[in-house]
Amino acid sequence: MKTLRAKEDYPLADKRPELILTPTGKSLPEINMEKVMTGEVSVEDCRISSGTLEYQAQIAESAGHPQMAANFRRAAELTVFADERVLEIYEALRPFRSSHEELMQIAQELEDKGAVLNATFVRQAAKIYRKRNKLKGDK
Amino acid sequence: MKRSKRFEKLDRSPVNQDSFFVEWAEGGLSALRSPYDPDASLVLRHGRIEAMDGKEREEFDSLEAYIADFGINIESAEEAMALSPGQIARMIVDINVSRQEVLRVTTAITPAKMLQVVQCLNAVEMMMGQMKMRARRRPANQAIVTNVKDNPALLAADAAEATLRGFAEVETTCAVSRYAPFNALAILIGSQACRGGVLTQCSMEESLEIKMGMRGLTSYAETVSLYGTEAAMDDGDDTIWSKAFLASVYASRGMKMRFTSGTGSEVLLGHSNKKSMLYLEILCVYLARACGAQGVQNGSISCIGITTAVPEGFLAIAAENLVVSLLGMEVASGNDQAFSHSDLRRTAKLLMQMMPGTDFITSGYSATPNFDDLFAGSNTDCDDYDDYYMMQRDMQIDGGIEPVAEADAIRVRHESARACQAVFRELGFPLISDAEVDAATFAYSNEEMPPRNISADLVAAQEFFHRGGGAIDLVRALHTQGFAKAGENLLRMLKQRICGDYLQVAAIIDNDFSIRGGINDPNDYVGPGSGYRLEGQRWEKLKQKDSALVPQKILEKQGGGEKKSGFYKWSEVRPANFPEADIVIGLSPAFLSEATGVEICSAQELMLQQIIQGIAVSGMSSAVVKVFHVDNLAEIALLAASFSASGIGIGVQSKGLVRINSNARPAEDSLEVAFNLPFSKAEVYKEIGINAADYAQNRIPTPVAQQIRAGGLTNYQLQMIKLSAQESGSLERRKKPFLMEMNNRSLLKVDATAHPKPEREAD
Repeated sequence: MKTLRAKEDYPLADKRPELILTPTGKSLPEINMEKVMTGEVSVEDCRISSGTLEYQAQIAESAGHPQMAANFRRAAELTVFADERVLEIYEALRPFRSSHEELMQIAQELEDKGAVLNATFVRQAAKIYRKRNKLKGDK
Repeated sequence: MKRSKRFEKLDRSPVNQDSFFVEWAEGGLSALRSPYDPDASLVLRHGRIEAMDGKEREEFDSLEAYIADFGINIESAEEAMALSPGQIARMIVDINVSRQEVLRVTTAITPAKMLQVVQCLNAVEMMMGQMKMRARRRPANQAIVTNVKDNPALLAADAAEATLRGFAEVETTCAVSRYAPFNALAILIGSQACRGGVLTQCSMEESLEIKMGMRGLTSYAETVSLYGTEAAMDDGDDTIWSKAFLASVYASRGMKMRFTSGTGSEVLLGHSNKKSMLYLEILCVYLARACGAQGVQNGSISCIGITTAVPEGFLAIAAENLVVSLLGMEVASGNDQAFSHSDLRRTAKLLMQMMPGTDFITSGYSATPNFDDLFAGSNTDCDDYDDYYMMQRDMQIDGGIEPVAEADAIRVRHESARACQAVFRELGFPLISDAEVDAATFAYSNEEMPPRNISADLVAAQEFFHRGGGAIDLVRALHTQGFAKAGENLLRMLKQRICGDYLQVAAIIDNDFSIRGGINDPNDYVGPGSGYRLEGQRWEKLKQKDSALVPQKILEKQGGGEKKSGFYKWSEVRPANFPEADIVIGLSPAFLSEATGVEICSAQELMLQQIIQGIAVSGMSSAVVKVFHVDNLAEIALLAASFSASGIGIGVQSKGLVRINSNARPAEDSLEVAFNLPFSKAEVYKEIGINAADYAQNRIPTPVAQQIRAGGLTNYQLQMIKLSAQESGSLERRKKPFLMEMNNRSLLKVDATAHPKPEREAD
């Protein structure tokens, strides 16, 4: 598929609605009040999928925002992780929380689940934390 | 030392209750420039930054390393760094250089270079730059909706009114943090019940805030904080890596976010490393970009007291907003903290962003009275609305909000409070009573709200949150309770996180849920006539002022219609000659003429009677002569003097201006001129009669003009405009001055108590 471009394809919901699917595989028109009331649509359906984030990354990139694109691509990988887990990883990345080994384990876990960008990200963080003394016990 | 009364009064003035510091570089107390700010430099090797702003890679701290690795566009860096700061500054201000061309350069320079660039700009140039560089074409505004009781019905009502007034975002926080789920849902329901699409946030500690976001209880996050030194970041209990990860977590849940930073925060924490406040803030903005955020809230924010205590404070704050735009991001530009006792000073602060326009002119206009603003008071609050609207009207500026009718505000407040009440009922929360709904509808502040059982609320809020409650429950509750539209709007807000369109730069959700932002509605300003102009329907809306007089209506009221000859109490008798009386009053051509209407004629008669009385109580006689061939007041007064036995004459124009002349002096050399009439207190005109009599008796009175306070004429300017036009229209160049008399002399009640003298009969 051709890379999306801001001018032609944004907003996605207007210009390319057929590309948008929830992580549970539903399309936008399926998210309606009727289905909410019957319980067919729940909170898990009201989320962004990794595919949609990749499209938004392409749009950001074409509009001259490479860092936003990188952010959205890392985000795309994180969609498959449960809320609790990403929050735990966030906590682990805060200063003086984790040892170097613990961070590397998190990186491995991310990589194993296909989140390679985030794995690289965490490994880079671990390296800097060691250099700048932000690891557990460094305070 | 004996004190000057002038200076004593100044000491008490509001601005002198603010706090000020002298600059002190070592303490980080310099707004825009410190001798310790680094020089700009860049060394690239193999597409990687090896040295930046005087430091080798080995010496970078985690923040500098992050900026070097992710925050600068390497490809154009060498070319951009080769330009001088002055050259880049001129590009920013030059209307012939497009925003895109500027971004190509400014996204490829180092932080120290960026500092040097903005240091070249004065206040007006800063604003010129901001006008061109903001991301979104049309400015918007953000409201703060809180109250000290965390009362949900009041939050919902205030969110609704803020929405009605046009705020694109609404922010809340809590007095008691366990109220957070309720506060978040109250403003969510309140806003969406009024108009779908308003973005809502609940500012709390980072992990609580993201958790609420994950449930859909908020639609975006803003207070994800950044600091410019590592030590300050440590104090904030984050690293740039954890912050960047958090930004990705928000995006992974389909939620818009922006970072928050601001000059002065590092100084406040005692970690400024002797750098200028602006330099450290520029680092924060670079960090935000490096993380891939779409926007930043800055403009000193909570530390504005520090930045504005030193010289160039406003300039530094305008610069930090501009730097966000220069790095291609959305800026929510402060103006959200009360920092000064002086109304003039806080207005000046606001103008630097309001006049050029930013993506969000304030990142927190308090929609409630400041004492209910839990962020310790905003620069502007609900009491300032009409001033804010008037500035928009005066300058044709779109400040992001619009005037509303009282009846509409009451209606939306009522509906939203009821919607919130319905949700509380449906979800089994402690009930919101009808009395609370009613109170919230008409309230000024939390003081009108009946107290709630706070412990019961907190238990219910925590229970709702911990059992996984979220926005989808609110959607169902609203629908079940008969608030279909509100429920539909809330559902559509949830759907925004599925498509992620509002994650892009400066995106807001407009009416009909259309996305408007930096990508599809970019700022295309390139000089006069270009970019966003306030015009058409929106300008009509913003210039609305209910109390504005409608000229056509006034002129209708004041007639044109009643031109009956018997209507006017004065009529012409015969051509005037010398001497008609001790003192003659000369009337201008349009005075009491057929062309003026009922209301004006009554006022003119009153003026005339007062002057006659004033002359009479001084024991002198008077006559009234109407002049037709000139409308110049000085000439009319001189003519009146020429018909007067005493040689003193009074000239009166139809709009009420008066002159007293002597026939021994030329026309322009009046004895008295009173330009700050007309239509001030009628008794003033009696003083004129008395003064004329004084001159006639060789006494020198206090001029009437000195006895009146100047000002306040604007209420009559419309009448004056009409009357001025009448004068020239009523000229009859060949007609001689005529003696005038009242049709029924008994109607002229003269109070000749002082020195009664026999009246001279007219011929």
